[in-house]
Amino acid sequence: MNFTAPDFLPAIGEMFTLGMICVVMLAYLFFDKQNRGITYFLTQITLLGAAVIAIALYSHPTEITFDGSFILDPESLLLKIFILLSSVFVLMYSRPYIRDNEIAHGEFYLLILFSVLGMQVLVSAYSFLTLYLGLEVFSLPLYAMIALRHNRPVCQEAAMKYFIMGAIASGFLLYGMSLIYGACASLNIQEIVSMMSLSVNSQPMMLTVGLVFIAAGALFKLGVAPFHMWVPDVYEGAPNAMTLFIATAPKLAGFALLMRLLVEAMPALFPQWHYLLIAVAVLSMAIGNIIAIAQDNIKRMLAYSSIANMGYMLLGVIAGTPRGYGSAMFYIIMYVVMSLGAFGIITLLSRKGFELEKIDDFKGLNTRNPWLALMMLLIMFSMAGVPPSVGFFAKVGVLESLVQADIVWLPALALVFAIIGAYYYLRVVKVMYFDEPLEKTPIIVESFDAQLAISINGLAVFFLGIFPTAMIELCQKAFLV
Amino acid sequence: MMIEKLVFYVFSALLIGSATMVIVSKHSVRAAFFLIVSFCASAVLWMLLEAEFLALLLIFVYVGAVMTLFMFVVMMLNLDKEAVQEKFVRYLPFAVLVVALMVGVLVFAVKPSHLGNLGYAMSTHQAADYSNTKALGMLLYTQYVYAFELAAVILLIAIVASIGLTHREKANNKRQRIASQLQATKADRLVVITDMGVSE
Repeated sequence: MNFTAPDFLPAIGEMFTLGMICVVMLAYLFFDKQNRGITYFLTQITLLGAAVIAIALYSHPTEITFDGSFILDPESLLLKIFILLSSVFVLMYSRPYIRDNEIAHGEFYLLILFSVLGMQVLVSAYSFLTLYLGLEVFSLPLYAMIALRHNRPVCQEAAMKYFIMGAIASGFLLYGMSLIYGACASLNIQEIVSMMSLSVNSQPMMLTVGLVFIAAGALFKLGVAPFHMWVPDVYEGAPNAMTLFIATAPKLAGFALLMRLLVEAMPALFPQWHYLLIAVAVLSMAIGNIIAIAQDNIKRMLAYSSIANMGYMLLGVIAGTPRGYGSAMFYIIMYVVMSLGAFGIITLLSRKGFELEKIDDFKGLNTRNPWLALMMLLIMFSMAGVPPSVGFFAKVGVLESLVQADIVWLPALALVFAIIGAYYYLRVVKVMYFDEPLEKTPIIVESFDAQLAISINGLAVFFLGIFPTAMIELCQKAFLV
Repeated sequence: MMIEKLVFYVFSALLIGSATMVIVSKHSVRAAFFLIVSFCASAVLWMLLEAEFLALLLIFVYVGAVMTLFMFVVMMLNLDKEAVQEKFVRYLPFAVLVVALMVGVLVFAVKPSHLGNLGYAMSTHQAADYSNTKALGMLLYTQYVYAFELAAVILLIAIVASIGLTHREKANNKRQRIASQLQATKADRLVVITDMGVSE
């Protein structure tokens, strides 16, 4: 048997992360008692180092290695950079929370690192086998992470629910993959594409049923309607720091999963998944925006908002053009930046023995901490899509790509839902600025890095709104071959 | 050839029968035993395909290690039989519906014409010096090395997660705290009660 060693260079980021995970694990075991910060700093160094590697590889030409199971392309690198950077921010926000609530910090950091490793694997996976393995590596730590806070039964319940739902979704995904494998006799995306263009006429039913199961599994992970039931429950039940993580980086990984499975592996089935995604996007926008209005729990409200936002992101994929995919990627990256800020503030405002959950807890935030209120204001305006903010440009991008693809009714409908959605975002602003605070005591963010993180995060939302061009171009270029 | 066919049908029937018993058996320990039987039957089927490494792995790892642990857990848990039965009956119509739907979709998608053995060649016998273990190893450490390493990472995650979830201080922990025991002084332990009206 002939065997040539694969090119390891494209996977250097993953190897670095895995190596550093072992270092962090040993450091936590042996040096954490003397020096409590060491696990945290090593974790941050790992994430930043992997991000630097991804940036350094950016000019590397597209390459497929490990017998076609790994791809290095601008799409995967851009997603990796944002997954890593958003995880850096997650850690900065959640450090005081983890300390105050006596959650096992070493395990928390390790599980985050494992999950980030899985996401890196997933976004550059190029065969069904590595896609599935990446998915499991990134979601298993999430289930365990939620249950880490053992003194709250509601967290255990959320972890259990997430685990079972995730297992069912994985089952669907595998079932669909097995049908596609049966029809195409390969797990490699490259080979599937060529086999499918041959067999799409002879075995249309088998491929379509496989597609439906695969799409169900992937959409489940993204949390869009009608596969959204777990999203509000898990967001609400998970401790705030974990909700912060679940609501950010995994969305990017879910986007990559969807892109690789539907857009890149099954272009031959475009007519089938096109209509499927239209139905899902309309349902998500409707359910997300309308049910969010009725929520008085801010975590539930943001969960429904994430369902709606994933619906908007799908609009770009529905357009079916490189421009549409680029704007969908811009949309999801910007959504992650905004949701990072929103959940970051929720995490910062939670103290020992107090989980910030109600929208009423934001009452009069302006008098208690004007800077945090301003940052929340920027993020909420951006989520609502008020013009000079980045959320506006993200929405314009996906809608424009749909119009260019000659689908006009869908953007019109999306706009109606966006207007409905503006109500609940602006309500948070109203509560912060015009309502009397429940307690008068000012809120001081003691941790310097959390203060720094929220300032960078809020201002990023503001400045990306003023100068969005560079970022949009980066996303567009990722899909232009 | 005749004997092979006979072995195949006997053990296939055994596999299907015992697998059915796993889900319908009322007693959970008995169900676990039927699972062991079905593992052994499928090991024989692997053996017929000349995949002896996988067949032995099934016996050593699953029957020998996993199922032993499994039996241990089943016996420790002391499951409530009545409740399990009640749920089984309550969800039965729904389950039948889902299974019928799935089977229907599968038949519709794959088409019965694919299900016959016409499309697949009979497995040919390998040469006498063929080593299944070696062939598997060659594939695992060359073509699938990336996936293989990822599978190892999943095991590492399982270790970290299960230690993180179970190994921690419980509220009613009865562990001795030796340091605080040694630091205890007479004043902490002994309360001298004086005004009981008892004079010296």
